[in-house]
Amino acid sequence: MSVRILAVDDSPTMRGLIGAALTPNGFEVHFAEDGIDGLERLAEADPDLVITDINMPRLDGFGVIEGVRKDPAFGSLPVLVLTTESGEDLKARARAAGATGWIVKPFDDQRLVAVINRVLGV
Amino acid sequence: MSGLDELRISFFQECEDLLDSLGDGLREISDGDLGHDMETVHSVFRAVHSIKGGAGAFGLDGLVTFAHLFETVLDQMRCGSMEPTDGVMRTLLRAGDMLSDLVGCARDGREADGDRVTQMLAELDALADGADEDDDTPFEFVPTILSVAPMDDPVSNAGPEASDGPGPDAGIVVYRIDFKPRGALYGTGNEPLALLKALAQLGDLEIQADIAGIVPLTGFDEAEPHLAWGLRLATDATMEEILSVFEFVADLAEIDVDRMPRSDTAHLGPDLDDGISALKAPAQGVSHIKTPEGPLPPGPAAPTAPAEMAAILVDAQGGAETSRAGPAVLALAEESTLGNDPGGQAPQNSRKAKPATETTLAAAPATIRVNLDRVDRLINLIGELVIMEAMLSQAVETAGLASNSDVSNGLDGIKQLASGIQESVMAIRAQPLKPVFQRMHRIIREAADATGKQVRLVTTGDATEVDKTVIERLVDPLTHMIRNSVDHGLEDTATRIAAGKPETGTITLSAAHRSGRVIIEVSDDGGGINREKVREIAEARGLIPPGASLSLSEIDNLLFTPGFSSKEQVSALSGRGIGLDVVRREIQALGGRVTIQSAAGEGTTFTIALPLTLAVLEGMLVEFGGEMMVLPLSAILETLRPSSATIHSIGRTGRVVANRGELIPIIDLAEAFGIARPGDDTERDVLLLVECEAGRRAALAVDIIHDQRQVVIKSLEENYGAIPGISAATILGDGRIALIVDPEEIIVSAAPELPTPPLAANE
Amino acid sequence: MLQNSAHDTPGRRDVVSFRVAEQDFCIDIGVVREIRGWTPTTVLPHSQDYVKGVVNLRGSVVAVVDLSARLGFGPTEPSARHIIIIVMIGDQTIGLLADVVSDILTIDDTAMRQVPDIASEVARDFISKVVTFDDGRMLRKIDLARVLPELGVELA
Repeated sequence: MSVRILAVDDSPTMRGLIGAALTPNGFEVHFAEDGIDGLERLAEADPDLVITDINMPRLDGFGVIEGVRKDPAFGSLPVLVLTTESGEDLKARARAAGATGWIVKPFDDQRLVAVINRVLGV
Repeated sequence: MSGLDELRISFFQECEDLLDSLGDGLREISDGDLGHDMETVHSVFRAVHSIKGGAGAFGLDGLVTFAHLFETVLDQMRCGSMEPTDGVMRTLLRAGDMLSDLVGCARDGREADGDRVTQMLAELDALADGADEDDDTPFEFVPTILSVAPMDDPVSNAGPEASDGPGPDAGIVVYRIDFKPRGALYGTGNEPLALLKALAQLGDLEIQADIAGIVPLTGFDEAEPHLAWGLRLATDATMEEILSVFEFVADLAEIDVDRMPRSDTAHLGPDLDDGISALKAPAQGVSHIKTPEGPLPPGPAAPTAPAEMAAILVDAQGGAETSRAGPAVLALAEESTLGNDPGGQAPQNSRKAKPATETTLAAAPATIRVNLDRVDRLINLIGELVIMEAMLSQAVETAGLASNSDVSNGLDGIKQLASGIQESVMAIRAQPLKPVFQRMHRIIREAADATGKQVRLVTTGDATEVDKTVIERLVDPLTHMIRNSVDHGLEDTATRIAAGKPETGTITLSAAHRSGRVIIEVSDDGGGINREKVREIAEARGLIPPGASLSLSEIDNLLFTPGFSSKEQVSALSGRGIGLDVVRREIQALGGRVTIQSAAGEGTTFTIALPLTLAVLEGMLVEFGGEMMVLPLSAILETLRPSSATIHSIGRTGRVVANRGELIPIIDLAEAFGIARPGDDTERDVLLLVECEAGRRAALAVDIIHDQRQVVIKSLEENYGAIPGISAATILGDGRIALIVDPEEIIVSAAPELPTPPLAANE
Repeated sequence: MLQNSAHDTPGRRDVVSFRVAEQDFCIDIGVVREIRGWTPTTVLPHSQDYVKGVVNLRGSVVAVVDLSARLGFGPTEPSARHIIIIVMIGDQTIGLLADVVSDILTIDDTAMRQVPDIASEVARDFISKVVTFDDGRMLRKIDLARVLPELGVELA
């Protein structure tokens, strides 16, 4: 069973980049186009980990994290925040919402894989 | 690396959408529209932000630098420290244009205009300077060029180990690590076991769980730590690498990492399995961390959580987090969750609340990008289907089958389905005019800058849909018309003030569907066409004889005459050697018409009428001189029969028909097309009253009107060339070709003395 | 289709030969798409007199050039016996009206000769090479680019 990732990002490019970084490394990547979409796809994707952008229409990344945390089935799911902002205040907000960790864009694919593996203990 | 190339292409496609929404949003903000709210500011910010993100991934540093500064300024607006004043918005709009240019340059691999970029950066910097100064560091955002490494690339599979592998013993150092998670850690999806596994990958790890913190249920306090680990790690990894494992939990746990003296490294390893079992069954674990050297001093680099961050976490998390506790405390936490954790109820609520949230948020319809070739292939097939269906109908008719026979009924069903499919397929090609209209905002801004006039553009009806090909080919003519309106249509500011008009001129770009056509209007509130001057120029250029008697609309139409615009009136802007005659030709090539109306002192309106689609036409099948032709229904006002109309002869060959008090010239189509007609039996005529875009009318004489039908337009130019008076061809039910008449050209060519472009004949 | 011949063998080429006004002509087989019987055309107004009109070729509008008229022999009165050779030149598809297709021949390039100097003959403008045979027949190779209707009507 490969590790399943749900990537939530409104940018098709970024989704493509995440896919390009993870799929060749054996991850099964599911995608969602914004926060609402992401939460809706949780059950179907049944991911081992969620990667979410912060700035998204309809529901932002903080909302995704909060939504995941409130879901009885996925409450303890690791959620990594993928954002270009590396500012401490954003990290703090993400953390307050229940983020597991963060990856600053642009990421390199090895680091992304390493972080995911670390968080999942793989 | 074709995967990366594809991503690059998709990135630039996405950029187009993002730039559109950026432009929209900025205009909304600067117009002070009521609809503009924080969400608009957010979406503008997001657009720039996403461009920056993608640009970073592709190593487009220039784009990143610009987008970053742009984003910094927008962020100030987002957090309310900058007001969207006119000045600010003007800069931001221009920054948007520049961003669009830079994206274009990056896409095409062109060099950007360094001076302009530098200047724009300086302007943005000036805006940004209004805020805090410590943002002066360019950015902490270091672009890393992404490489999509293939599976078998050893580097991509490498763990986080140090790359330069030292000898087995050389660099091995033993660390003592104390890891004491706070309760909050469990609410963040961080899993201590996973962290321990990650540490184990760095070297030999000895784990001992310390369960001293676990207290009886009665005294359970979720905010307190319950479990701690004492670890020994023998590794060649650096302190940084070890700490990086705890990167995400530095604020959620007490972590001490300390390098142990060499002498203590001897007994490493054997206890490892016990340690793991201790972890799995914490209740049987060791009670106290063995501290061979007494209390450990905090490691110099040990990350300690910032106090205020921890405080935020606790506040925000409330009591909800313990229900997500890791395995070690799950059993203990369970009752607490059920008993008093408000989070226990929250999930159900949030699930139910979801649909309500959705309805309040306008969901954008899902879209797919399809290669245009595929759509065109489908459209061609549908065209064939329609023709086949017509052929079949004819065969059924010829066979003399009753209209209520099964065959006829089935055929009717197919007909309806075919037309349904046709409409749907046409709808795929139809696209809103919005992107074209959006581009005009920039044209206006640049035109205004170039002429020093103040201009605003008002657009309406940009949701109007037109065939994609039409849209693409509209950009150039519209651009030229907009420039023309700013340059020649609008007066300069002083003149406007003198005339009691608002200083800022308004150009309105509107689109609407009207009787099977798309009508696009470009109007200005300028001084109207200076007809005296137009006449002067036309006479000077020999386009009309001196003193020719021309109606007002005929004078206006001189603007479209080739050779009217010339070097002498070339301005910085709308010059460039293109005249309105080119605009007219471009529109005509699309099967459309341009007309002009002008009122002195009030302004000028250019009207473009375009067919909805380039593929199908609602037409009237007529016959003359033995030839079948199709007249576009949209041009036909009414049909007249000689018995009900009075025909007068004027001169030797001229004839007019009196209709509702108007004398309308008759054009014999057979004659116009040079088709010999046996005899001169005018009594057999049927007259079709048509009107061209300029409002001129004519009665086209034909022998027989057959019926009204939808015809599939087939290009003549592909394999042959243009024919005067003919716009295209179609295929009739019997497989024969019928030509489609262009009434406009017929009317125009029948009155050659009028100042309209002469027909290029075959001579 | 007529595509499977050895028309691309170096030094040799396959041609389709046909008769127009009692004379034999040929064109390279590579440009021939199909040969079909005469069907009535739709007349194009203002067209050159050698353009017979247009026919429907599976949904495309294809103009038909009356070779007899084009080559200066006078207009053809087409009947069901006449044929239309559909050729493709560049992106353009066009029909050539001829009396009858006689053969598909393989011709050695060395057999191709320059057209003798017969200055006043209209047809000479449209003939690139000639081939003579032992039985006394002569094949005139048509220069297709010149036969095409003069388009150049640039309204767009």
